[in-house]
Amino acid sequence: MNPTENNSSCDREINASLRVPLLALFGGAAVWLVVGLVLGLIAGIKFHAPEFLGGCSWFTYGHLAPAANDAVLYGFCIPAALGVMLWIFARLSQNPLALPLVPVVAANLWHLGVLIGTVAILLGDSTGHTWIEYPRVAAVLLFAAFLLIAVSAAATFGWRREQDLYPSHWFLFAALLWFPWIYSTANLLLISNPLPRGVVQPIIGWWLANNLVFVWLALVGVGTAFYFLPKISVRPLANSGFALFGFITLILFGTWCGIPQGAPVPAWLPTLSSVAAVLTIIPLLAISIVTVKTVCGACVSCHGPFCFIKFGMISFVVSGILYLAEACPQYSRVLEFTWFGVGQTQLQLLGFAAMILFGAIYELLPQVMGKPLPLPKFAKLHFWVAIAGVLLFVVPLIIGGIEQGEKLADASVPFAAANAAALQFLRVSATGQLLILLGALLFTANIFIMTIQWKIGLVKMVIAYLKSPLETPETVEVKS
Amino acid sequence: MKTGFSVFLATFVALGASWCGFVLAPVLQLGGAKQTVILQTTDNWPLQRPGEATLGLQIYRANGCAACHTEQVRQTGVAFNLIVTSAGKNPDAVLKAISESEPNQSKYTEHVIGFPGVIFVGISKEQADATSDKITAAGGKVETDLTATGADIARGWGSRQCVAADYLYDQPVQLGSLRAGPDLSNIGVRAPDLNWQLRHLYAPKSVTPDSTMPSFKFLFEVRKIGDTPSPDALELPLEFAAADGYEIVPKPEAKQLAAYLLTLKANAPLYEAPFTPLTTAK
Repeated sequence: MNPTENNSSCDREINASLRVPLLALFGGAAVWLVVGLVLGLIAGIKFHAPEFLGGCSWFTYGHLAPAANDAVLYGFCIPAALGVMLWIFARLSQNPLALPLVPVVAANLWHLGVLIGTVAILLGDSTGHTWIEYPRVAAVLLFAAFLLIAVSAAATFGWRREQDLYPSHWFLFAALLWFPWIYSTANLLLISNPLPRGVVQPIIGWWLANNLVFVWLALVGVGTAFYFLPKISVRPLANSGFALFGFITLILFGTWCGIPQGAPVPAWLPTLSSVAAVLTIIPLLAISIVTVKTVCGACVSCHGPFCFIKFGMISFVVSGILYLAEACPQYSRVLEFTWFGVGQTQLQLLGFAAMILFGAIYELLPQVMGKPLPLPKFAKLHFWVAIAGVLLFVVPLIIGGIEQGEKLADASVPFAAANAAALQFLRVSATGQLLILLGALLFTANIFIMTIQWKIGLVKMVIAYLKSPLETPETVEVKS
Repeated sequence: MKTGFSVFLATFVALGASWCGFVLAPVLQLGGAKQTVILQTTDNWPLQRPGEATLGLQIYRANGCAACHTEQVRQTGVAFNLIVTSAGKNPDAVLKAISESEPNQSKYTEHVIGFPGVIFVGISKEQADATSDKITAAGGKVETDLTATGADIARGWGSRQCVAADYLYDQPVQLGSLRAGPDLSNIGVRAPDLNWQLRHLYAPKSVTPDSTMPSFKFLFEVRKIGDTPSPDALELPLEFAAADGYEIVPKPEAKQLAAYLLTLKANAPLYEAPFTPLTTAK
C-alpha cells in the first residue's frame, strides 16, 4: 500500500486543486489521440489505394505518417502522462497541487505547440528528423510548457509530508528531468543552422528517439503502474528492492540503446548499443518480476483500470524484448528497414504507454471530479476494443515485417514481391487501427461528457450563487 | 533512493554518460569531418550538390520521402573476381594452371573462351591469391577485382555499402528507416534520365507497373497547350497522359526533386568501403 492516504478532508483539497489542470491536459490529449489515429488510419489506407486523397500534398504518406506518430506521442502520451504524474505526486505528497494555475497555462501552451507542429508537418515544414519533426516554434512551446509543468510537479514533490520516497517517485521524478535534457539537446543541435555535419544528425536523432520512446515512456509507464497496481489491489508493491534495481539499470543501460546495427556510422556506436541492449534485459526482468508478484493473486474485477494497466505492463515487456531483438546484429540484418520496427514502436506507444494511461485516467478522473464516470459501459467496452485493436494492429506488422525482411534479404525475390508480402499484413493491421480509433472515441466521450457536466455544474453554481448571495458555494456544489 | 537528490544524481549520471557517448563524442569525432579522397584517384568525395539539387533535398524532406525510402545500402562482406588479362607466351600453361586451381571449374569452362576473360567470380581472398600466383607463375597476367556482397548489392542498389562520408553535405540527412520503396542511395546511377524521374514522380505506375508509390501530381501543372508546347512537357503513355489540348509541365519543385534524385550516387570506392569500379575499357 502507498503511504498513508486516508485523510479524506485532505483528499478533497488535493482533488479540487487538480481538477482544472487535469481536465486541460486530458481533454486536449484525448483530441490529439483521435486526430493521430485518424491520420494514421488514412496513412495506412494509402498503401492499398495510393491515389486516395491523392491530389493534395497534405495527404501523402510521407506527411501523414510522421504527423500521426507525433500526434500520438506528443499530443496524447506526454500530456496525459504529465497529468497522471501531477496527480500521483500530489497524492504521494498528501498535499494539494502546488501552483495549480501553472499547469493549466502549460497545458494550453502544450496543445497549441502540438497543433502548430502537426499543421507544419502536413504543410511540409517538418524538420526531417524522426520524432522531432516539429519546427522551432512548436518545439519551443512544448519545451516551455514541459518546464512549467515540471516546476509545478517539482514543487508538489518538494512539499511532500512524508520524507521517504515511494518507488513511483523515482521513475516519475527521473522522467521529469529526462525530457527537458533530451528534447533541448536534440532540438538545439538539429533545428539549428548549420546542422552538425553528416551522420552526426541521425546519431543524435537515434539517441533522442531511444531516450524518448523507449526510456521516457518506460519511466512514466512503469512509475504509473507501480503506483496504481498496488493501490487498486490494496496490497503492497512486491520486492521494492527489485524495483529500485530495475530503475537504476533501466536508466543506466536503456539510455545507450537505439543506434541501428547497420547504420553507416563508426562501428563503436552500434556495438555499444547492442551491448546495452543485452544488458537492458536486466531491468525488463526486474520490472516484470515486481509486476507479476504484485498482481498475482489480487482479487480485482477484470476490464477495469487494473486490467488496462496489467495489459500495458505485458505490452511493455513484449515491446522491450522486440526492441532488444532489433539490436542483435543477426536479427537486425533481417528486421532493419521493415514494418517490424513500426510495429514495435506502435506497441510501445499504443499497447504500453496509452493502455497504462487509459487505466490511470479511468481510475483517477472519477476521484478528481468527485463523481463516477458518466459512461462506465463505454470504459468497459474500451478495454476489449483496445486489446483487440492493439493485437490486430501490431501482430500483423511484426509478422509482416519478419516476412518482408526475409524476402528483402534474398536478392532472388523481386523487391515488389517483398513489398506485396508485407502489404497483405497491413490490410489486417488497418482493422486494428480502426478498433483502436473506436476505443479512443469511447475514451474521449467519457472525458468530454465529464468536462461538460463539470462546466454546467460550474455555471449552475455561479447562477445559484448570484441568486442567493447568502448561500455558501460548498452547499451548492453538493446539490449540483 | 531515500531523497530526491539521490534520484536526481542517479538520473544525471546515467543520462549524462549517454549524452557524452552519443552526442558529444560523435560531434567531436565526426563534427569536423572533411571530404575524403576516392581510392586510387586524387578526386575528392563527396562533392557539394549543385544548387538545384540542394533545393531538391528540401522537397524530399518536406514530402517525407524518407518515410518509405532509405538512403542506406548495406553489405555483408567482400568477394573477389579473377580476370586474366593476357595469357602471355604460353597460353596452354595458363589454361592448365586455371583448370588445376581449386575454385569450381565449371565457371572456367563456361566463361573463358579467350583472353582477357573473367575466370572466377565471388571467390575468397585466399582462393584469389592462390590462383593468381599459379597463373602468374605460368606466365599469365592476372587482375583481382574486389566486390561487395549482400542482398542490397545483389539487387543492384549499389556497388558498396554506404558510409558516414557519403552524407557529409546532406542538410538534413535523410537515412530513412523503412523500405516500403526501394533504396535510393544510387537512384542517380540506376535511373540517370531526368525525364524518367519526372514521369515516375508524376505517375509511378507509368514506368514501374507494380509500384505502390503515390503520384506526386501536386508537383506538376496541367495546362492548356499554348502557341508553342512547353519543351518540359512530360511524354506519358496514353492512360496517364493529360486530356487533348493539355500538357503536363513540372513545377520548379518537381525539377529540383528530380535533380536531387539524380545526384544520389554512392558509387565511389573509398578507403572504408573499397571495391573495384567497373571499367568499360576492358
